Amino acid sequence: MKAGFVRGRAALLGSALMVAGLGSMGLAGPAWAAAPQADADGFVTDRAFEKHLQEQILDAKAGDVITIPAGKYRLSRGLGLTASGVTIKGAGKDQTVLSFAGMVAGPVGLLVTGNQFVVSDLTVQDTKGDGIKINGTKGVTFRNVRVRWTDPDNSTHGAYGIYPVGCTDVLIEDSEVFGSSDAGIYVGQSDNIIVRRNRAELNVAGIEIENSTNADVYENVATRNTGGILVFNMPNLPKPGHSTRIHNNVSEANNTPNFAAKGTAVSIVPKGTGMIVLANDDVEIFDNDIRNNDTMGIAIASDFSTDYKIEAGAPGEHDPYPDRVLIAGNRISGGGNAPDAERFPAAPVIRAAGQSTNVVWDGYTRAPGDDNGICLASGPDKLIRLDPKSPGKFAVIDGKSCDGFKRQPPVVIR
Amino acid sequence: MPKSLRFVLWSLVASVLGFAMLTHHSSAAGSREDFPAKLSQWKLIQRAGDRLAAAPSGVTYELATPLFTDYALKWRVLFIPNGQKAAYNPDRAFDLPVGTVIAKTFYYPVAPADHTGESTDVVKARASDYQDGVGGLRLAHVRLMETRLLVHRAGGWVALPYVWDEDQRDATLERVGDAIPLTMVDGAERKDFVYVVPNANDCANCHAPNFTTGEINHIEPIGIKARHLNRDFPGKFGTINQLTRLQRLGYLTGAPAAASAPRNVDWHDERLPVDARARSYLDINCSHCHSPVGAARTTGLWFDQGHEHGADWASPRRIGVCKQIVAGGHGGGGLPFDVAPGEPEKSILLYRLRSNVPGTMMPEIGRSLVHAEGIALVRSWIERMEGQCRLASEQ
Repeated sequence: MKAGFVRGRAALLGSALMVAGLGSMGLAGPAWAAAPQADADGFVTDRAFEKHLQEQILDAKAGDVITIPAGKYRLSRGLGLTASGVTIKGAGKDQTVLSFAGMVAGPVGLLVTGNQFVVSDLTVQDTKGDGIKINGTKGVTFRNVRVRWTDPDNSTHGAYGIYPVGCTDVLIEDSEVFGSSDAGIYVGQSDNIIVRRNRAELNVAGIEIENSTNADVYENVATRNTGGILVFNMPNLPKPGHSTRIHNNVSEANNTPNFAAKGTAVSIVPKGTGMIVLANDDVEIFDNDIRNNDTMGIAIASDFSTDYKIEAGAPGEHDPYPDRVLIAGNRISGGGNAPDAERFPAAPVIRAAGQSTNVVWDGYTRAPGDDNGICLASGPDKLIRLDPKSPGKFAVIDGKSCDGFKRQPPVVIR
Repeated sequence: MPKSLRFVLWSLVASVLGFAMLTHHSSAAGSREDFPAKLSQWKLIQRAGDRLAAAPSGVTYELATPLFTDYALKWRVLFIPNGQKAAYNPDRAFDLPVGTVIAKTFYYPVAPADHTGESTDVVKARASDYQDGVGGLRLAHVRLMETRLLVHRAGGWVALPYVWDEDQRDATLERVGDAIPLTMVDGAERKDFVYVVPNANDCANCHAPNFTTGEINHIEPIGIKARHLNRDFPGKFGTINQLTRLQRLGYLTGAPAAASAPRNVDWHDERLPVDARARSYLDINCSHCHSPVGAARTTGLWFDQGHEHGADWASPRRIGVCKQIVAGGHGGGGLPFDVAPGEPEKSILLYRLRSNVPGTMMPEIGRSLVHAEGIALVRSWIERMEGQCRLASEQ
């Protein structure tokens, strides 16, 4: 193809978008030759808008508030912010919608490495990779943010919606994530975390705290995910996690079939699970409403219930056991009626024996007779303790006083 | 005017202008400050007839193994201010003096019948056919894409992407990057792709090496490390080792003899062991993120070949051997291990290198095409690796 000198950049950009598979957006010519037209879904492709937004983000300095006006915009590339002390604010999560469905570069919608970052009042959707990723910063706030994937084929969805990793002082509030193929709200390898008043729906994992320390997760609603709220510790990662409080949340009807990529940590989550503690320590689960989850209410598991191979004595050894888990004051109801027998074959056995699957522990301990400090407080529920040596066998343990359990203070972010 | 005098004057103008640009502004990277709109204003790289020539102070260099960027070739020139020296480090980027500018010009060869800039058809070739380290870059049958400047100022490094104009006479600062459709012609095969010019913040995706110090956005050069430069290349004093050249030019201090400096190999060189070639390839293509302190430190998969992050840099688990996926999403392709010895088809590493889908492909940015030759090398490396991985359920 001979392009020739006369061929302008505008035409080149037009064909760049064509090559990238965006040819159906009704681009009659150069993007700015006429006022951008909205497509059938109401989105506009506006190069001038995108360039301006990118320039604002490039130029941002501490104290700046970048305001994105109301509108539905298709962006061609992920946004990257490196400056500290910056706020990105839309006109509301129903008003300002950024679609990355046709992105040619990314794969993250918004990638931030600046400290003291605030994002609020906007929607990010249909990114190829993660929605909003914050890597390695101190001080990040998500407020009134929505991340979602809209393709009916959920196997195409990105992994994480709201995704701070390696951060300190993380506040996620009044936000919502729909459709992640891994975890909707995922906090990884971070410290000092508050996740409150959010909604997580139609993800594999609604909310996941992984290899993190000092997390407070409360007043959230997790519904129609595969699993509602997860506290995981994974091997082969630089930072082990501990100390998480999960309280006053609603985890309801998380019965979506697991659509995670094979081999990922959350691909083992049985559909219909309210909450899971996996190999994490010092976890308090109290005063939650957990209802209508078809497999079980709360699961406490070691790595031995996963397909992760644990090598004892390996350098940087990973602790495969959950230790010191408090379960108290939860209202668990209506669950266990249609268990995911493929991922959790014990569930139908427990149900057949006339027991509930409200609180289930896989029963692996370092030595016989240990309880790993797992304490189910007196109340309506019993602890089902599986026998790792005899599949299909389990013990039914009454609740008891957990007054001796060393409680954690609420997380404070200053 | 005698040629030598002209060069002296040019050099003088360049150093005065360059110095003014370097010192006048003092805040952080990629800001709204009035950086020169045109590359030529830097007086560092200029069109000179059928060549792109560097100001006389520039030292052209090559890496042992370069980063893959959609088969683009790169012409690299290092400008260290007169009278100043870089301090050697065996593992990290050399400590380059304030005032240093690194210019990396991305270009594609075009078919012999096409003149410079006339075609969007580009072809695969070796850089050595177009640049010899002495006379600049030969421009006949070349399409210039962009020149990225890394500029070291008192406040740190700044990354500035200049995109070459349609007429190929000069390049224009495009801080928001660009997307340019091209067609890669390889024999009878034609593949359309979009060449993506990064924006100034994208540069930090690779050039910000350390996420653990609280100075994440402190960016650094990648290639100016002992192991990448420790090779012969033509230039001043003939075809000699590049570390030696920099020392003889007075631009580098504290370096040992080249023979005792760390050294990556040329990934192309089939006479060398596959392991060394593959590790060099993975180092330059991955380790700017995949190191114990980089953007991908949280993956636990680390390909840095330097020794600055501990003595276990060669341990199998660190480079993904039998390491199970943690947070790869669909990027894992449903495969069990990052690297499964003897089983490339079970190795996520190969799967992600082979993809060009954002969200799955690795590296995450910097390419739209897959690097068939690099993939063949990594496949061969995994095939020859000893050992076997099994899942817990397979034992």
